[in-house]
Amino acid sequence: MTSAARPLTRRRPRTERIIEVLLFLSAALGVVTTIGIVLVLAFETLEFFREVNPIAFFTGTLWSASIQPRAFGVLALVSGTILVAGIALIIAIPLGLLSAVLLADYASPRVRTLVKPILETIAGIPTIVLGFFAVNVISPQLLIPILGKQNIGGFSALAGGIVVGLLVTPLIASISEDAMRAVPRGMREGAYAMGATKFEVVRKVVFPAAISGIMASIILAMSRAIGETMAVLLAVGTKPQFTLDPTESVQTMTAFIAQISLGETAQGSIEFKSLFAVGATLFVLTLALNLLSGWFVRKFRTAY
Amino acid sequence: MAAAAPPTSPPVGAGVGRFEPALMRRKLTGTVFYGACLAAIGILLLALTFLLVDVFARGLPWLDLDFLTGVPSRRPERAGLLPALVGSFQVGVIVGLLSFPIGVAAAMYLTEYARDSWINRLLQTNISNLAGVPSIIYGILGLALFVRLLGLGPTSLAAGLTMTMLILPVVIIASIEALKAVPDAQREGAYALGATRWQMVSRSVFPAAAPGIMTGLILAMARAIGEAAPLLLIGASVFVTFLPNPIEGSYTVLPIQVLQWSTRPQADFQGISAAAIIVILALMLVLNALALIVRVRLSRHIQW
Repeated sequence: MTSAARPLTRRRPRTERIIEVLLFLSAALGVVTTIGIVLVLAFETLEFFREVNPIAFFTGTLWSASIQPRAFGVLALVSGTILVAGIALIIAIPLGLLSAVLLADYASPRVRTLVKPILETIAGIPTIVLGFFAVNVISPQLLIPILGKQNIGGFSALAGGIVVGLLVTPLIASISEDAMRAVPRGMREGAYAMGATKFEVVRKVVFPAAISGIMASIILAMSRAIGETMAVLLAVGTKPQFTLDPTESVQTMTAFIAQISLGETAQGSIEFKSLFAVGATLFVLTLALNLLSGWFVRKFRTAY
Repeated sequence: MAAAAPPTSPPVGAGVGRFEPALMRRKLTGTVFYGACLAAIGILLLALTFLLVDVFARGLPWLDLDFLTGVPSRRPERAGLLPALVGSFQVGVIVGLLSFPIGVAAAMYLTEYARDSWINRLLQTNISNLAGVPSIIYGILGLALFVRLLGLGPTSLAAGLTMTMLILPVVIIASIEALKAVPDAQREGAYALGATRWQMVSRSVFPAAAPGIMTGLILAMARAIGEAAPLLLIGASVFVTFLPNPIEGSYTVLPIQVLQWSTRPQADFQGISAAAIIVILALMLVLNALALIVRVRLSRHIQW
């Protein structure tokens, strides 16, 4: 009678609950990862600060982790990192934004099918390959012939910055293109109706309207450039120094971490511990940039 | 009153003298800008061409069957790539087997189950922030968690687990995109037939989102194979002349093998390094083609 007609789904089968819990746990795994990163970095960095004065670490400009007399002034690595990332952005911002404008407003479907794969291919190249390119092509065949052998060596911040710039260009291009495409057609047509030329529409309507996405893309590119390891490791050399001269050989934070792990360093030694302090600095710096990028999107987003 | 100033509206045509459309100049600026856009793409294409030409010119003479099936040697003419190929394959399989179920489950929770509560917003924010953490930081976590705490040692299993943590946010974000693209009618249709939530998600929404999810997964695996920075900390940087065992003993992967060879001064080592790069690029091409085929084939019968 009635029991036969009772719908099966009135009581929720227990498997449904179990599945939901399993799915939730999968999503929560990311939080575990984050907590793991923060705990490991914080714990090991505090260990390091028992032996090295944190003030000397954050304000010192001399870095010599393995060679006596030791010095742990992280600014030498930070300056190298900022130098490389700065050069990268000087290259990637114009290349990325011009590509984005081309894709969003200028390109005919035929040009698009040519331009998109170029950007996607560059984005897909493993970064170690770009490091190889810096050492074997950019330095010997472009920089040394132009600047002269006495002015620039085989390893330089400039060579590293150029390949990192290539590496982050697709990132700027794709996020900025999305932002420019999101500008409604009506706004463009309004400007055209007032007699604006295509360039004026792009410069005075599309660009300002898409500025939040464009800024976000640039900050993300900066964060990516700061965190890049393999290309920089090969290209910039291994000489940590506090300089903003792009022709010098420098060392970035990531390249230092890589170099220590490549070497025969004993795991309990002070130079191995310094790796975690540098890692923590890198983590905080990139996290701040990523949060800033998200803030830009929310703060300046105009809903159309 | 009668002596008031005459109406100020100017006579017809009075403004013509002051209004300069200057169309020629404005159009010229536009043309110059369009030229700059094309030049940007030209520079990118040129860099890509130089990179490929250089790698192929250096590497092709070294690329033969002996190179693919041999083991590394101190003499470049006898060196081979097999241990690195096997190591990359092991890492790739571990990443694929783990990040597919966990990534899809997390994405299902966030799109199909999660209500708009603070904890779910935290999960979402956390995943997008994890995607921006520099890859080498995951190496530090993997070193502390898998190599030391769980005692796995520097093996390709520890490498695969570390790489899974790095790749998971990418897989989750791609899967969320794919699930969100499924129209609600698909869900309501399943509910209308009496499906439970899990039946709806697993048999109605998931198959519809599968092409997008698989594409994202394959591209993420391509990234895992090309990425090397975290594995520097998981001990991938040793001279391996045997086939790695995933749970014990040392291992190496393709990009690390490239790094080791390209840091040697001899030109012949640059040659085999370039040959290994050709192998990596070929792998990337195969995976990207696979992603394209999956997208086209699986989505053939889906229409909305």
